[in-house]
Amino acid sequence: MSDIDLATPLSEEVVRRLRVGDLVAVTGTVVTARDRAHAYLAASDVRGELPFDLAGGILYHCGPLARRTSGGLEVVSAGPTTSARMAAYEAAVVERYGVRAVIGKGGLPEDLLDGFARLGCVYLSAFGGCGALYARHIRRVLQVFKEAEFGGPEAFWVLEVERFPAIVSMDTHGGSLHGEVRERSREALRNLAAG
Amino acid sequence: MDEELAGALVELFRRLATELPADIERALEAARDVEPAGSPGGLALEAILEDIRIARRDRAPMCQDTGLPLFFLQVPRGMDLSRLREAVTAATRQAVAEVPLRSNAVDPLTGRNPGDGVGPGIPVLHFEPSPDDRLHIDLLMKGGGSENIGRLYSLPDRETGAGRDIASVRAVVLDAVVKAQGLGCPPTIIGVGVGGSRDGVITLAKRQLLRPLADRSANPDVAALEAELLREVNGLGIGPAGLGGKTTALAVKVGVAYRHPASFFVDVSFCCWACRRGRLDWPPGPTDAGRGRAGTESAEAEVAT
Repeated sequence: MSDIDLATPLSEEVVRRLRVGDLVAVTGTVVTARDRAHAYLAASDVRGELPFDLAGGILYHCGPLARRTSGGLEVVSAGPTTSARMAAYEAAVVERYGVRAVIGKGGLPEDLLDGFARLGCVYLSAFGGCGALYARHIRRVLQVFKEAEFGGPEAFWVLEVERFPAIVSMDTHGGSLHGEVRERSREALRNLAAG
Repeated sequence: MDEELAGALVELFRRLATELPADIERALEAARDVEPAGSPGGLALEAILEDIRIARRDRAPMCQDTGLPLFFLQVPRGMDLSRLREAVTAATRQAVAEVPLRSNAVDPLTGRNPGDGVGPGIPVLHFEPSPDDRLHIDLLMKGGGSENIGRLYSLPDRETGAGRDIASVRAVVLDAVVKAQGLGCPPTIIGVGVGGSRDGVITLAKRQLLRPLADRSANPDVAALEAELLREVNGLGIGPAGLGGKTTALAVKVGVAYRHPASFFVDVSFCCWACRRGRLDWPPGPTDAGRGRAGTESAEAEVAT
């Protein structure tokens, strides 16, 4: 179902070509980060502490479910979590660490679009609830950072992914599918109230 | 008895985490069939149906958020509630380790996640008397995203212009859906509680999420409200995953309880499409025909929790 192959690290040029509605398939490395990880990234510049590089990288709003096997950690289910909770941190995180794409569900506020346009970053909607499906696109767990301190769901999981499907829903050209859907639904509600 | 019951509950957790109830899967297929192929909403439903197939085939949880465990227990006369609570808590801990489920119990003050999926307040337990001599347990594994978008309204509500009538109930339900957009993993199932006390109305709304999709309220006015609200919600165009489309909700279920003259509460509770609900009868065996579920729409189900 996916049309455009994206390989990490992402170049600014590739990211700027993407448009709202494009289907993409991500291959390479993504790093999960949710509430606590974002607070940690935003509080200060921790590039010296991170055991991975986020420049040209992809952040995935996700708290995976995994099991420990003899071969190491195996992701069982790993779909997106609600991105809105990370909204307050995301502009600073994208700028400081050079993130090129954020994967999540539900979108980010439109006030981030200016930053996305200036910095060259897109938002990719993964399909909420589809944890088993996304686990099939995760080849392996490369490392887990801050697990003891943050707990499993809140830790950074560095994941090797293959043809991970998503839809571009916020682009570098000011487009937001979430904004379009919201405005249409508000208008439909006004029409219902008027009718 | 306690260990056998705990074992049966672990199996219930495993089944619910990995197998979506058939009526919900059918409804998602029907929703897929009416979205334009290749549209964002249509693609979301294709992904959801594929996820359901993979989860069932591989016995893997369909969603990494295996939810907040909400138990509604109908307890026969003479059963020891403390022991029952211990058995259910032990079963939850065991399911987290064995299925596995994600550990979704976090200390709000320290941020510590002990990793075993239980803690003060989790699992959530609601007790009521059994109508017969057996124990009946309804379990809802409710995703956190859909839990977060629930809203409690106290009518009249200035922001929505809602007064204190059925039209006002409709107005606040639609307001909650528009505010939620794609955050709670639509297509959702919407449980609405009308009346009652401030705490009771939320539980009443959540009980509605246990009802089969085809279940209609016995009260014709309420049944009409449910049908009308479903039509209106799906006219908003928010669609699967909030990416636009025809199906924003699979069902709207309304429960009614009497209110204090000064109060008029409406709670809107959502369950994500991965509405992992199911029942265990204990001891096992066929259920008497015509016996009500814990999730009845009437106020009578609102017994001590």
